Amino acid sequence: MNLEIITPDKKVFAGEANAVTFPGTEGQFQVLNNHAPLVSTLGVGDVVVEATPGAAKQVYRIDGGVVEVLKNKVLVLAEAII
Amino acid sequence: MASLKEVRNRIVSVSSTQQITRAMKMVAAAKLRRAQDNIIQMRPYAQKLGEMLATVSSGSETGSDSPFGQTRSVEKVLLILVTSDRGLCGAFNTNVIKAAMAHIEANYADLARQGKVEVLAIGKKGAEGMTRRGFKVNAAYQGIFTQLSFVAVKEAAEAAMAMFANGQYDRVDLIFNEFKNVATQIIRTEQFLPIASDPANGQGGRPNINYTFEPDEEQIVNELIPKSLKIQLYRAVLESNASEHGARMTAMDKATDNAQELLKDLRLVYNRTRQAAITKEILEIVGGAEALA
Repeated sequence: MNLEIITPDKKVFAGEANAVTFPGTEGQFQVLNNHAPLVSTLGVGDVVVEATPGAAKQVYRIDGGVVEVLKNKVLVLAEAII
Repeated sequence: MASLKEVRNRIVSVSSTQQITRAMKMVAAAKLRRAQDNIIQMRPYAQKLGEMLATVSSGSETGSDSPFGQTRSVEKVLLILVTSDRGLCGAFNTNVIKAAMAHIEANYADLARQGKVEVLAIGKKGAEGMTRRGFKVNAAYQGIFTQLSFVAVKEAAEAAMAMFANGQYDRVDLIFNEFKNVATQIIRTEQFLPIASDPANGQGGRPNINYTFEPDEEQIVNELIPKSLKIQLYRAVLESNASEHGARMTAMDKATDNAQELLKDLRLVYNRTRQAAITKEILEIVGGAEALA
């Protein structure tokens, strides 16, 4: 699936991802391929991106935001990367 | 007629001033590029946020119970003025202050007389100008233009939003320079709080998709609204920043041209004086020689 992490200052990540873990306000959750449409708010925490199965994880610590998942497009709007 | 030495000194001083204005113009041009890049960087975020807000709020009626959507009778007003920290940029700051005064005169003349119009200044010049005109400056943010980032602007937006939410102010307006092109800035006055009409008015929403909402629509909308407010202010600051550099560039370009003209006149005077002095000396020598003959 396609993942984009955007802040008002710059585009932090754009590319393919296999699995992404989010710091949801209601608790941590993971999004895999073909996830159902979802909109969720995010708290302060780490967005963990796994580009391909078993690949090294990339961690982006965000200061709150929102995520939208629609048709294998994952869009993260983060206020800032800390 | 001025003495040769005086004219020469003036030529030196004018040409060094010209060098400075020319350098400032170049610096402004470079910074303008960066400022424009910043605006472009911010656009996708703003656009996606707007879309998301439209999507989420299309299902439910929105904003009415948000602390930022309440319309109260206006008893106290906060004006957010976006100006620059530095001068030498033509009428850039004066225009903002003038627009603020006109805006106050047109809408809040009575409140202003009772001292119920206060200012939140982003940029030093706005704070100074409004203090001089007898307004209370509630908060002034300086130096955010040197290292412009969303985080710095967020702080100002959050302060304004908190003061509105706890009832300290009943209305917040935003005044800034919008960047049209290098030579033109448009003064914009926008309503910041309460939120102007329904933000979901646009057709950007993608209806009829069964989203799962975490936690639920209403809470997400209540999260998104402050975000979009912050973005609104951030956009204003970015526009103003680009305008500032544009204004400074044109001002310094004009200054360089003026210095050029001044130099031309001064050189003329210099050469005339020099020639007159030489002619006088020759006449004296000829006169002296004739007297000896």
